[in-house]
Amino acid sequence: MDAIILQILNGLDKGSAYALIALGLTLIFGTLGVVNFAHGALFMLGAFCTVTLSRILTLSHEVVDPTRKDFLGNPLKVDVPYIYDIFGETTGAAIIDWAVPLSILFAIPVMIGIGVLMERGLIKHFYKRPHADQILVTFGLAIVLQEIIKYYFGANQIPAPAPQAFVGSLDFGAIFGMEPGAIIYPYWRIVYFCFAMVLIGAVFAFLQFTTFGMVVRAGMADRETVGLLGINIDRRFTIMFGIAAAVAGLAGVMYTPINSPNYHMGMDFLVISFVVVVVGGMGSLPGAVLAGFVLGVLESFASMRQVIELLPGVNQVVIYLAAIVILLTRPRGLLGRRGVMED
Amino acid sequence: MSIKTVSRRGVLKSGAVAGAGLAVPTIFTASSAAAFTNEPTGSSVTLGFNVPQTGAYADEGADELRAYELAVEHLNGGGDGGMLNTFSSKVLNGSGILGKKVEYVTGDTQTKPDAARAAARSMIEKDGAVMITGGSSSGVAVAVQALCQEAGIIFMAGLTHSNDTTGKDKKANGFRHFFNSYMSGAALAPILAKNYGNDRKAYHLTADYNWGYTTEEAVRTSTEAMGWETVAAVKTPLAQTDFSSYVAPVLNSGADVLVLNHYGANMVNSLTSAVQFGLRAAEANGKNFEIVVPLYSRLMARGAGKNVAGIFGSTNWHWSLENVAGAKYAGTNAFVQSFGQKYGFPPSQAAHTVYCQTLLYADAVQRAGSFNPCAVAEALEGFEFDGLGNGPTLYRAEDHQCFKDVLVVRGKENPDNDFDLLEIVDVTPAAQVTYDASIFGGELGSCNPGA
Repeated sequence: MDAIILQILNGLDKGSAYALIALGLTLIFGTLGVVNFAHGALFMLGAFCTVTLSRILTLSHEVVDPTRKDFLGNPLKVDVPYIYDIFGETTGAAIIDWAVPLSILFAIPVMIGIGVLMERGLIKHFYKRPHADQILVTFGLAIVLQEIIKYYFGANQIPAPAPQAFVGSLDFGAIFGMEPGAIIYPYWRIVYFCFAMVLIGAVFAFLQFTTFGMVVRAGMADRETVGLLGINIDRRFTIMFGIAAAVAGLAGVMYTPINSPNYHMGMDFLVISFVVVVVGGMGSLPGAVLAGFVLGVLESFASMRQVIELLPGVNQVVIYLAAIVILLTRPRGLLGRRGVMED
Repeated sequence: MSIKTVSRRGVLKSGAVAGAGLAVPTIFTASSAAAFTNEPTGSSVTLGFNVPQTGAYADEGADELRAYELAVEHLNGGGDGGMLNTFSSKVLNGSGILGKKVEYVTGDTQTKPDAARAAARSMIEKDGAVMITGGSSSGVAVAVQALCQEAGIIFMAGLTHSNDTTGKDKKANGFRHFFNSYMSGAALAPILAKNYGNDRKAYHLTADYNWGYTTEEAVRTSTEAMGWETVAAVKTPLAQTDFSSYVAPVLNSGADVLVLNHYGANMVNSLTSAVQFGLRAAEANGKNFEIVVPLYSRLMARGAGKNVAGIFGSTNWHWSLENVAGAKYAGTNAFVQSFGQKYGFPPSQAAHTVYCQTLLYADAVQRAGSFNPCAVAEALEGFEFDGLGNGPTLYRAEDHQCFKDVLVVRGKENPDNDFDLLEIVDVTPAAQVTYDASIFGGELGSCNPGA
């Protein structure tokens, strides 16, 4: 029982990352009709917003410590962040410690800017082109973006730890009267799940309860008619592309303490996110979220030792098996609509 | 007086005999000119450095390239000479190899066996490389080693840790300086027993590919021999990034030690997950829960940050070795000085092993008096040397594996900087990690000089 609850928690946690990326992906597809293979790269860029802010916060000047030696036997040069000089060591250290949450504020404008730039500079030229062309150009863009990141930040992973306040694990078992230590779960992963829920809720609320969202939804249903009503739907869709980029970016920002970011992390999530979108139903926002969680939980259960012993290798293919079964029984995905990508 | 008539047949016969007679020296000359693949004929010799320049191990590849450039500089008489000054063999004098200036070409393995073979083939066929070296993965090493065997080229492996490279996949033209999984297990087990006791239950998470299997087997065999029990061994996909679903059940499995048979990004991610799930702070079976990482890479450990603190592992070499363990490991400081002055940071174990391999190849050629791969192989087989930073070392003839002391390290609790992540806990003597050459199977075959 403990193991099952633990894997459900794991699944929800994994699923929240899948759902956040897939949400942005399907948002772009639903509004612009573009299959964006660079979406994983946006997730990666978000993570590197954290790395960049951390580096900005730890910009330092060198102070020679004559009591210590470096690897060559010379007096050790110790890096002292400028932020210590400005705010004092205690406050400065606390600001650096909270670099990941602070990166949310940094990443929102950066990612919206990148999204808008990407849409205006490249993607808009491919609206009327076949999906194969869109896939090629966005995939190429993803490779360019990751190579740029690798050039500046290297190929290895860069640690971006959670604030000290969130280091450690919560004893779920003890809370629910079970044996202490039976179900423990890291604080930051709980934070990530809650953050994903808030972000998903905010996107849905934005689309559902604002005039802007209403126009966008109308545009998703019938772009031409909305245009004929004198509404500049293209501008709104550009903004939606920026919002989708920000959602992917924020998913990346908050993911950095879970796995240290590297240039390739977007590609690691890209394929799975497409499976999530297809299983959820092309263009369906609730479908993407639902499929993200369903596949996340399935993947977690398939990783259990008992399951692997029973069905060796199932952990590597379970998501694709599930996708095949779902698409065979529901060809438009879990919550897909008739007519989307069927022309 | 008799007049001998000259027949047409006679002229043809005489001509054929005379022609063959005249041709004999030419054939011999031609034979000696192309006695082996890419025999250097000019004033320079070309070496092929095949390292990952793109892909996940690109940083490790970049460090290897730095070391290669340094080795070439030292062989050609530049710089401070580095480990040439401490190397026990004194035949290299800074005038290149056999008087020929050392030049090099580079290839990108991309850490993919097919790409690595293509790059090696190009360096052999187009650039005339007489030796191929480098790499940061066992899959690549085994693939390139097989190619070099076919092509008649010496292969001096870079960072490759699988038993198979000098085990079941060994080749007469291939040589490995780096240690292997068996040695990691044999070196780690006594230290683990000393620190954690003989009554332990281990849970293995193993990367689902060749290196993972050989490492798990080595660590299991060594730890079980001293009384540990293996509770479970779970294969994890190589492409896995989030290990939470593999790590989460460990604490309730009855195990009190988690062994992460992972390398590179797998290691960073699984270790991060394990620490996040509180395993470092947990207790199981009345003992502190422990984590072990059999193969450490300092470059990659950086990605795990503070999570490596207190965790045991093994490594081929470390830049602080001579300072910590003494003059037996002479060469370490010379190399660190040389590398550190040139690049501003200490070398990694990958850099060290490829630098050694380049010097060892050059030295073998110099001692053999020939670039012929078979002569070089003969010079390397059974070669005992010292002064290259690992203490007295043997290049065993039976499997072309180097035998030297192995370092057991532990993640530092309070590192001074990014390079100071590991502390040396113990140096396991070579005798303790030496094994029978036949246990991993495979046949060396015979040396192939190529053309």
